Amino acid sequence: MNGPHPLAAAWSLPGITTIIELAYLLAAGLFIMSLHWMGDPKTARRGVYAGVFAMTLAVLFTWARPEVNRHLWILIPIALAIGPGLWLANVPLTAVPQRTALSHAFGGLAAGLVGTAKFLYWYHTEPDMLSAFRVGAIVLEVLLGYLTFTGSIIAAAKLQEVKWLPQRPWVYRGQHIVNIAAFGAAVIIGAILIVSPTAAAAPYLLAALVLLALNFGWMLVMPIGGADMPTVIAILNAYAGLAAVAMGFVLDNTLLITAGALDGSSGLILSIIMCKAMNRSFSNVLFGAFGQVQQKAAAGEQKVYKPETPEDAAAVMAQASLVVIVPGYGMAVAQAQHKVRELYDQLRKRGVTVKFAIHPVAGRMPGHMNVLLAEAEIPYTDLVEMDEINPDMPQCDACLVLGANDVVNPAARSDPSSPIYGMPIIDADKARAVYAVKRSKNPGFAGIDNELYFLDKTRMLFGDAKAVVGEITKALSGGSGLH
Amino acid sequence: MPDTSHHLSNLWLAAAPSGGLDLVSMLFVFMLSTFIGIGVIRRVSRLLHTPLMSLTNAISAIAVIGAIIIAGGESYPPWVRLMGSIALFASMTNIISGFMITDRMLRMFRAGPGGAGGTGGPQK
Repeated sequence: MNGPHPLAAAWSLPGITTIIELAYLLAAGLFIMSLHWMGDPKTARRGVYAGVFAMTLAVLFTWARPEVNRHLWILIPIALAIGPGLWLANVPLTAVPQRTALSHAFGGLAAGLVGTAKFLYWYHTEPDMLSAFRVGAIVLEVLLGYLTFTGSIIAAAKLQEVKWLPQRPWVYRGQHIVNIAAFGAAVIIGAILIVSPTAAAAPYLLAALVLLALNFGWMLVMPIGGADMPTVIAILNAYAGLAAVAMGFVLDNTLLITAGALDGSSGLILSIIMCKAMNRSFSNVLFGAFGQVQQKAAAGEQKVYKPETPEDAAAVMAQASLVVIVPGYGMAVAQAQHKVRELYDQLRKRGVTVKFAIHPVAGRMPGHMNVLLAEAEIPYTDLVEMDEINPDMPQCDACLVLGANDVVNPAARSDPSSPIYGMPIIDADKARAVYAVKRSKNPGFAGIDNELYFLDKTRMLFGDAKAVVGEITKALSGGSGLH
Repeated sequence: MPDTSHHLSNLWLAAAPSGGLDLVSMLFVFMLSTFIGIGVIRRVSRLLHTPLMSLTNAISAIAVIGAIIIAGGESYPPWVRLMGSIALFASMTNIISGFMITDRMLRMFRAGPGGAGGTGGPQK
């Protein structure tokens, strides 16, 4: 179809290539609409359908390319993917952070493999194709792809709380220097590859780059603790998107560039939101986990908790007009969301207004609490963002802090020496009474004491979140003598 | 589109065996899509950030294009195709699970009784 006049050939009869390009164009538009519809809970499901349609177009029309004709090589992997795909789609919602990390790992692996394969293929058969620009894109794709792969696997393992990985940040002396040296080595190898991609040593250099990238991901995530996971997941999300963009540059494919850029910007925005919500910078999350935990020794006077029984808490809540529940990771761990729903029902039956105050970094990934509460069929109209609930907190009669800790710690406002100073918090301390459910008397994840627990108006409910909420509910429903 | 650019491939910007795309056009596409992405994502309610992430997960599995080209391309030797097949498996798993779990989560989000929630109060 490469006639004497290329333009004439293109216009006279739309070849299969043109049709494929048009299908890609349509798919790109649909991906944008998909994210647009995602903006509102009312249209969000339409966004999923648009995305499915666009992806189907992309797969089928790529498959229809004339040069793609080893169909068994395509059918078998697709068939094999159905099982794991279905399994990962049906994990319990408390495991969604792990699942998300795992799928970032898959995305990174796919990008890395395609980049490696393309380079080696061109190197052996069409070295002319290895322009400086293209090799640069391959270097980026390989670096981002493989580092996302191992980084996300470590993140998933930490989120799953597997036994062979420490939950606390894992640090050692000289970590910064090792990281910088490894990064420098990767840059140098990448530069050599770009300058002389056809050198005899190039495949070995690429292999070294792959190993460095794999190592990188691991090194970046190991020092990061669970409380920073929402940011890390968002950053890995951005990396996976950027790896797809780089693949687009390698394959001259604008659909890949568009879809990858959409994913990349999503990861970027989520990371920025997470960082703001913790009052930290990117570099602080990535490189600053060290020493962060070294709290200023347990100096100071011995403070005393004021414990309370669930029955007494129930009696106060029953008389309240506004109860605000602040959920945190502890609620997810205890799988307490369904018990919370029962409490919500009981209180509403008594005419109490119940709202949930959602901190952006509550839980282990962006939006984690919302999904869990939605699973328990709590209407999203009662899930309120931090900035919107805070002005109402002084009117709150009882605030139930459920497995949240740092996000309600007043030290963030008042104590400049606190590691979380400056982080925006939910003003639980401004409520008339505070009930904090806590598993044990140990300090929270970041190892920081929480002043909120020692306020005069605060009462502690020690125990598993699910059990405590269940007992409050039981007292509310059973105890007619409460009034 | 006609296949005219092979002979250009020794230029620095060389690209496009398929469509004559050059570096600058691709950078344009990248820049514009990033701005569109930022504009669209910023409007997504925080309520939906978890489903948003699983949706973009599925969308970034667009890497499936590269995987199919390599796994099924006739000119590639088997060891290259094997890498493509693994990439295809990984992308396909993300496509299936990403879209399905997004829909599964979204089905759970419902507005309060009577849409606005009888209690009034702040909504999102």
